[in-house]
Amino acid sequence: MSAALEVRGLRTHFFTRDGVVRAVDGIDLTLERSRVLGLVGESGSGKTVAGLSIVGLIDAPGRVVAGSVRLDGRELTDLGDDALRRVRGRRIAMIFQDPMMTLNPVLRVGTQMLMALRAHELLSTGEARRRSVAVLGRVGLPSPEQCLEAYPHQLSGGMRQRVAIAIALLHRPDVIIADEPTTALDVSIQGQILHEMQRLSAETGVALIWITHDLAVVSSLAHDIAVMYAGRIVEQGPADAVLAAPRHPYTGGLLGSVPGEVPPGSALTQIPGSIPALIDLPPGCAFRARCTRADQACAEMPEIAACGEDRAVRCFHPLEAA
Amino acid sequence: MNAPLLDLRSVSKRFRRPMSLGDRLAAKLGAAVETREVRAVERVSLTIDRGETLGLVGESGCGKSTLGRIAAGILPPSEGEALLGGERVMSAGAHPRKLTTRVQTVFQDPFASLNPRRRIGDAIAEGPVAHGLVDRAGARAYVAEWLGRVGLDPSYVGRYPHQFSGGQRQRIAVARALAMQPDLLICDEPVASLDVSIQAQVLNLFLELRRALNLTALFISHDLGVVRHVSDRVAIMYLGRLVEQGPTAAIYSAPKHPYTQALLASVPRLKRRREQRHDFRPIAGELPSPLAPPPGCHFHPRCPLAEPRCKTEVPPLRGAGPQRLAACHLIPEV
Repeated sequence: MSAALEVRGLRTHFFTRDGVVRAVDGIDLTLERSRVLGLVGESGSGKTVAGLSIVGLIDAPGRVVAGSVRLDGRELTDLGDDALRRVRGRRIAMIFQDPMMTLNPVLRVGTQMLMALRAHELLSTGEARRRSVAVLGRVGLPSPEQCLEAYPHQLSGGMRQRVAIAIALLHRPDVIIADEPTTALDVSIQGQILHEMQRLSAETGVALIWITHDLAVVSSLAHDIAVMYAGRIVEQGPADAVLAAPRHPYTGGLLGSVPGEVPPGSALTQIPGSIPALIDLPPGCAFRARCTRADQACAEMPEIAACGEDRAVRCFHPLEAA
Repeated sequence: MNAPLLDLRSVSKRFRRPMSLGDRLAAKLGAAVETREVRAVERVSLTIDRGETLGLVGESGCGKSTLGRIAAGILPPSEGEALLGGERVMSAGAHPRKLTTRVQTVFQDPFASLNPRRRIGDAIAEGPVAHGLVDRAGARAYVAEWLGRVGLDPSYVGRYPHQFSGGQRQRIAVARALAMQPDLLICDEPVASLDVSIQAQVLNLFLELRRALNLTALFISHDLGVVRHVSDRVAIMYLGRLVEQGPTAAIYSAPKHPYTQALLASVPRLKRRREQRHDFRPIAGELPSPLAPPPGCHFHPRCPLAEPRCKTEVPPLRGAGPQRLAACHLIPEV
């Protein structure tokens, strides 16, 4: 059986007037059914562009310039617009940070769900309604019938995000890409949604890519982790192993900079400097200007190499294994 | 025992939508016109001692920023008073003014809080020069000194805000606030808009300056991990009211109020070892609208322990252990 999603050598570049932005520059990902992959990175690391590239939503001046995306063994990158549209929403879906990216502000929720259903299936209004109510109930909305009659502005932020998740689940897709779906929500609402997603992925077998900057969220949700920096994956592996003993200095620095790892009031481990601009990135390891372990060898780009069971790291001088 | 530096005495803040012309006429003619008002802050009393950092935690709409603005002299309270070192922060009357420069604020969004068309050197120098902390001739050296203290190159004085990253801008905002030599610094979500690695840099800067300058601070945040790291004491707000208050370590290890307990249990925390990990328990229900908060204890519709009286009686904030306060009918008074 093939993996739910296989990404190989994906490159997405933006051809701007100021130069070429290599937002995603050769990433490999494998996602099995019922698994949650946490795609971690800070702003500008290319994690969102990676998600959009997988579902084929990159607009000019951006373009997927190389690589392959296989959904259940089927290549997506060479599909035409129409063929891709038949896959997107049905077999692979995306949830955005802002639910209003998904929702139309002037249509009732019920109408939008009906449209989403009819985009891929022929079915009666009654049947569509029944399916919509069932899905809204599954994502934990208290009164699904009422919700169908509501306009998006009548719902709270948390409820809107649940509706967006419900729409993503309508066709029981194999893969859902969730781009920071809880970042804009309050902590108590975020907790509810993480809880629902954990349950849904276990129950329905849907595979999730959870794009986030929040390591705490990843540690409670993901089975596997891929850490992105400047358009490349610098470390990946099982969440338990990576969190317990990171190998890439950037992963180590990120984990150290989260309060809670050191006694309150003491200095946090900090990564000096800031993320480099992706325009005309100099050759070599993109992290070397901020890295305490960098030397002459790092002027050349290290390959991502296996390091232990199911793990890989892109570094000439990785942190010691635990 | 010294008097506290900041003393908020039963402050409330109500926001009312201005009446429409029709409503105003109707009201003039004696009709009972319904005015919708938000009770953003309801009878909150808080003190901060000199040299102490108080963390103020809550979800959106709980009134934490409004309370910060009252303490900072940006908003006048509708009731109660805010005292800094025994003196009022704002004057009384119909058009209250801020009376002191001893309290300064760092805001969440460093993109909005700096004038894009002013050189940062001028932005930092403006307050100290206007208030005579430094004369015009000495301003340049004074600004350079503060830039150095927040970890920026003093040669940056002539640059504009757009030439800096988010983390650098937040440093500039900190320098501008501290250049006024305040006794009290209000930090309103100072790291919420920053990336994790930059957040750590700014938190480290805050800790370092606090030690060096013996700063007193009100640190407002929704991030429980950040607040735990920087605060000596913590106060938790829910829909305009203070629900619990106490020393940081005690609150985090043994929260008493059901809301605090639920909040701590629902927040995903970074757990690096599998055995530390467990399923977090979400709080049931939505945040109610501050326009129509539930009667009695505001938290009762979401509270697993609610009793009939929680629906009608507002629980008072009362002693709940050494240096601790909680507002819950079910917690015995100590």
